[in-house]
Amino acid sequence: MGSYLLRRLGVTVIQLMVLSVVSFLLIHLTPGNPVRTMLGPHASPQAVATISREIGLDRPLPLQYFAFVGNLVTFHWGRDFLYAQSVVSLISPRAGISAELIFGGLIVAVVIGVPLALLAATHANSGIDHGVRGFVTLLFAMPSFWVGLILVLLFSLKLHWLPSSGYTDSSLGGLVRSLLLPCVALGFSILAVVVRTLRGSVREVLDTEFVEAARARGFSNRRVLFRHVLRNAVMPTATVLAVNAGLLIGGTVVIEQVFQIPGLGSLLFDAVERRDYVVVEYLTVLSGTAIVALTLLVDLTQMVVDPRVKLVKAHG
Amino acid sequence: MAEILRTTVAAPAPAAGRGGWYVRTTRAVRRAGGATNLETRLGAAIVTVLVLAALLAPWISPAKPDALNILDALKGPSLAHPFGTDYVGRDVLARTLYGARVDFLVVFVVTYIGLTVGALAGMIAGYYGGWLDALVGRAADSAIAFPFIILVLVVISITGSGLKGIALGIVLVGWALYARLARSEMLSLREEQFMLATKSLGYTNRRAIFRHALPNVVRSSLVYSTVDILVNLLVIASMSYLGFGPQQPHPDLGGLIADGQSYLLNAWWITTLPGLFVVLFGFGVSLIGDGLSHGEVTVGLK
Repeated sequence: MGSYLLRRLGVTVIQLMVLSVVSFLLIHLTPGNPVRTMLGPHASPQAVATISREIGLDRPLPLQYFAFVGNLVTFHWGRDFLYAQSVVSLISPRAGISAELIFGGLIVAVVIGVPLALLAATHANSGIDHGVRGFVTLLFAMPSFWVGLILVLLFSLKLHWLPSSGYTDSSLGGLVRSLLLPCVALGFSILAVVVRTLRGSVREVLDTEFVEAARARGFSNRRVLFRHVLRNAVMPTATVLAVNAGLLIGGTVVIEQVFQIPGLGSLLFDAVERRDYVVVEYLTVLSGTAIVALTLLVDLTQMVVDPRVKLVKAHG
Repeated sequence: MAEILRTTVAAPAPAAGRGGWYVRTTRAVRRAGGATNLETRLGAAIVTVLVLAALLAPWISPAKPDALNILDALKGPSLAHPFGTDYVGRDVLARTLYGARVDFLVVFVVTYIGLTVGALAGMIAGYYGGWLDALVGRAADSAIAFPFIILVLVVISITGSGLKGIALGIVLVGWALYARLARSEMLSLREEQFMLATKSLGYTNRRAIFRHALPNVVRSSLVYSTVDILVNLLVIASMSYLGFGPQQPHPDLGGLIADGQSYLLNAWWITTLPGLFVVLFGFGVSLIGDGLSHGEVTVGLK
C-alpha cells in the first residue's frame, strides 16, 4: 500500500513539474519578444521595456521559473496587461461559470447515460442493446459545437423555447435556461463514454455470484439492479469519467464560444487570439492541475475502496 | 531437454510470419478478429465512400470550392447544388468535399505519426525496462496531464493559426496513449515462450522487437487508432470552428460549419450538411473500431 501510494504521488509531482515547466517555457519559445507580440506593433519601446522588466523577462531563465512557480503557489498572479486587471480577478468569476457548465454537462450525461446503460446491459445483444449502442456511437461522432448549433436552430430559432446565447445568473430560472442547451451539447460529447463503460461493468457485475445470491433470496429485479449491481459498477465509470475530464474541460472552450458564455474557455480563446501569453500560461497550468488532481483523487479513492487495485497497478 | 528445445525452436514461427510489413500488418488486423463481421464491413464501406469522395473531389465536385456567384447566394439544396450555396453563392458540397480532403489527410497523417512514435517508444520501454521505461512512462504521464484541446490551443498560440499548429499539438499528446498500450502489451509479451526463444536463439534485440514483437504489439494500437482518428478529427474541426484552422477562402469542415452560424435560420444547410458529413465519417470509423474489438473498446482519451 505504502509503496504504491509513494509511486503514485511521485508521478503526480513529476506531472505538475512538467506541466509548469512547459507552460513557463511557452512564453520563451515564442519567436521574438513576447511582450512586443502581446502589445502589438504600435507599442513604444519604453512600454515594451517596462513590461518586460515587470514580468521579469530580463532575469536568467531558472530564476524566472522559480519566481513563476512561487507566484503560482501563493496566488500572486500579477496583472494582465491587455485587460488591465489582476489575473486572479480575471479568472475567478469565470471559473465559477465554467464549473457550472461542466457540472451541468456531467448531470446531463449521467441522467441520460445511466438509464441507457442499464437498459443496454440488461438486454445485452438484443435489439435494444444494439439501438442504444448505435445511438451513443452516433452521438460520439458529432462535433460538440455542431450539436450546439443544431440545438440552437431547433430550440431557440424555430421553437423560441430557450435563448440562443448569453449567460444570466440573476435568477435560478434564467441560469438554467441559459445553460441548458450548452450543458446538453457538452453532456452529449461524453455520453458514449458513460454508457459504454457502465454497460460493460454492469454486465460484469450481473455475472457475479452475489447477484445470483441476491436473486435467489427473492429480491426484486429493481432492487438487485440498483442496490447491488449499480453500486458495484459505478467505480469504473467514475474512473473513466475522471480520465476523460480533459474532454469536458477542453469542450468548454468550444461550447462557450458557440453560446457566448463568459467562462474560462472564452477567456482562453481570447487569450490565444490576442496572444496574451500570461493568461494562456496560467490557464494551462490551472486546467492541467485540475486534471492531475482529479486522476490522483480517483486513483486514491479506488485504492481505499478496492484493495485489489494496488496489486494490479504496482505490476502494470 | 528435448521437449524444451522443441518448443523454443518451434515457437517463433507463428509470430515471425513471412512477407513484408503489409502482409504482417493486415494479418495482425485480421487476427484482431474483425475482418469478416458486419459492423466492420459496414463501417469500412462508409469510410471508403467518404474518403473516395474527398480524394476525387476535383473530378466529382459539382463546382469549384471558391467559385463565387452572388446571384445564387443562400440557395437551399437542389439538384445543381445538393448541399445548397453559402452567403456568397459558393457550392457547399464542393466546399465540403475539398474541406474533407484537407481534414482527412491531416487526420490520417497525424494519427499514424502518433501511433508510430508511441508504439515505438512503448515497445522499447517495455522491452528494455529500467530507466528507458521510466523515462517513457513519465513523459507519457505528463503529456496526458495536459487537457488535449487546451494543449493544442497553446501550440496554436505559439505557431499561429493553421493546420500545422493543430497537427503538432495533436501529435504532442497523441503518441502517449499508444506508448502506454504498446508498453503494456510488450510487458506481457516479453514473458511469452516465443519471445524468450528469440533470446536463446541469439537473435538481435532489433530482430526480436521488430519481427517478433511488433505484429503482436501493434494490434491493440491499430484498434485504438480508429477511435483516435475520430477524436482527432473532432479536435481539428473544433479548432477550425474557432477560427484557428485554414483561413478563408480555403475550405475545411469546421470552418464551413462556423460559416453557417450567422445564417442558421435562413440557411440551415450551410451548418447542418457539412456537419452530417463529419458525423457519418465518425460513425463509420467507430463501427470499424467496434467490429475489430468486438464492441468493447474504451471510447475517448485515457
